Amino acid sequence: MSTKPKDGTDIAAGLLFMAIAAFFAWQGLGLEMGTSIRMGPGYFPMVLSAILFLLGAVILFKAFGRPDDEPIGRFAWRGILFILPAPIFFGLTVRGLGFVPALFFTTLIASQASVRMRPLPALILAIVVTIMSTLIFSYGLGLPFRRFGPWLPL
Amino acid sequence: MDLLSNLALGFGVASSLANLAFCLIGVLLGTLIGVLPGIGATATIAMLLPITFQLEPVSSLIMLAGIYYGAQYGGSTTAILINMPGESSSAVTAIDGYQMARKGRAGTALATAALGSFFAGSVATFLVAIFAPPLTTIALKFGAAEYFSLMVMGLVMSVALAHGSVLKALAMVVLGLLLGMVGTDVYTGAPRFTMGMNQFADGLNFVAVAVGVFGIAEILRNLEDEHDRQVMTKNITRLFPNREEFRQMVGPVLRGTGIGSVLGILPGGGAILASFASYTIEKKVSKNPGEFGKGALAGVAGPESANNAGAQTSFIPLLTLGIPANPVMALMIGAMIIQGIVPGPNVVTEQPALFWGIIASMWIGNLMLVVLNLPLIGLWVKLLTVPYYVLFPIIMAMCSIGVYSVNSNPYDLFAVAFFGLLGYIMSKLRCEPAPLLLGFVLGPLLEENLRRAMILSRGDPTTFVTRPISATLLLMSLAILVLVFLPQIRKRRDEVFTESDA
Repeated sequence: MSTKPKDGTDIAAGLLFMAIAAFFAWQGLGLEMGTSIRMGPGYFPMVLSAILFLLGAVILFKAFGRPDDEPIGRFAWRGILFILPAPIFFGLTVRGLGFVPALFFTTLIASQASVRMRPLPALILAIVVTIMSTLIFSYGLGLPFRRFGPWLPL
Repeated sequence: MDLLSNLALGFGVASSLANLAFCLIGVLLGTLIGVLPGIGATATIAMLLPITFQLEPVSSLIMLAGIYYGAQYGGSTTAILINMPGESSSAVTAIDGYQMARKGRAGTALATAALGSFFAGSVATFLVAIFAPPLTTIALKFGAAEYFSLMVMGLVMSVALAHGSVLKALAMVVLGLLLGMVGTDVYTGAPRFTMGMNQFADGLNFVAVAVGVFGIAEILRNLEDEHDRQVMTKNITRLFPNREEFRQMVGPVLRGTGIGSVLGILPGGGAILASFASYTIEKKVSKNPGEFGKGALAGVAGPESANNAGAQTSFIPLLTLGIPANPVMALMIGAMIIQGIVPGPNVVTEQPALFWGIIASMWIGNLMLVVLNLPLIGLWVKLLTVPYYVLFPIIMAMCSIGVYSVNSNPYDLFAVAFFGLLGYIMSKLRCEPAPLLLGFVLGPLLEENLRRAMILSRGDPTTFVTRPISATLLLMSLAILVLVFLPQIRKRRDEVFTESDA
């Protein structure tokens, strides 16, 4: 326990909002502001950035002198490590490898996010999901995916 | 009478074989995801949205609507049997429902929830049919200034009804509005915030943002600590309530329906707020409030009716004004736009079959739910025993397919990962995702109407306060904001939310 109480969660939230606002304002600098009669593309975003920055500052300011009512808790590091790459992998490979292999590996990667998943069940699950999805989406609904892509020697 | 012929038209559309089938698929899927904790209606609809593009507009909207109110039914099963809300709107049902299950009255609790929901759903559907058409005639008089003010009020409401800090919810709305600015400016064609990538020229993909912020973030939260669930299955013996229990149900169901119908129309809250409010009121009017928390029948009947009524009436602002009341309705707007329908007051006159078809399908869907859910309860309960570590890889696979199929853009999948991370960090910082998504949807509309209104008034900002409807809406927004910042109201609001979290 530190001597001065402060709400760590709100400090982080306030700083994050301020950083995002600053980023949008910086990106919006090159856009034409226009006048309030004919607003340019930069007008409304700049107003919003200013409001967001102010709100972030108020959240930050109010976080001091008040204890954290609820600690931030654990982070799902393993989840972040495996869940987030799954759609990225799918996006990178769905055209090259094709729908079937891309989906198979995507499911396999995602399944590793849980400590409880054993290798063999993960493999079976990925196979079942791939077969079912191919049947439903590719054959059943006729979505225009290439089942096997040009990267494969087929 | 006009209403009758319109309803007849609607039932004609909704009872075609294909539409009945899609309605059934919708409510079954809805019940399924409602039963399974850790996957909500918002994420499911977001994922299935692209798949429905192949269907007729009516069929796709009927199915999506079915998922939404089906999830309200399914959520209560999970709440009662494993004390964990399958849907956030069933959070309150868990309090007394689970206690009833522990006392061996699981069957009664389930039946009460289903019957209450059915009654509320029927009444609320009827209300939608009565009130939607006159509201559209008012809406047709709306100009740019009125639309701007109406959207401001919608966003302010979503802030007022969000959990936790009002300031953070406000910040989330503004952040959502900013994210909505990404893409090409409608007036000048200048690219904004695309960081040089023309894959984002059409703006961020709405499905990708919704799946990321709601779906992926939710999975990550669930993976924080994995634990087993305890299912109260052995206790389902008697399903139908006896006469005494029926008598106890009537009051709470009627009150719940009323509260739910009113609160459902308000933007931002919908079903969730309705169930919280109903529980608080039932506790107030009860002769023995001590029963609440220990298995009170009213604690199940009221909130369950309220959340279902709210789910139905939240279609009113969507169908009449084209303004979403909650994230699910925002997704429905996305579905309509992609189908080539401009949401708003013109839908009733230009697409009567669509409008009345959806309304009629809601009633049919509710009937299906009550018929399906009571006998099939055993099946849903079995589903609860499927472990989460099997579910989420499937969900991830569906997410990837769904998002990619919107417009075959791999960048959308990168956006999913990015917004998943952002959503997770935001939820760790106790910021609600719902205001962000509403802001994101309304952002471009808000800006367009603001700019148009300013051009029309020749740069005179008083146009927003000199036009009576616009001024009223802005005054109401201001009043709501002042109210939520008032100390006493703030305390009450915290109480309502803590009670439901308990």
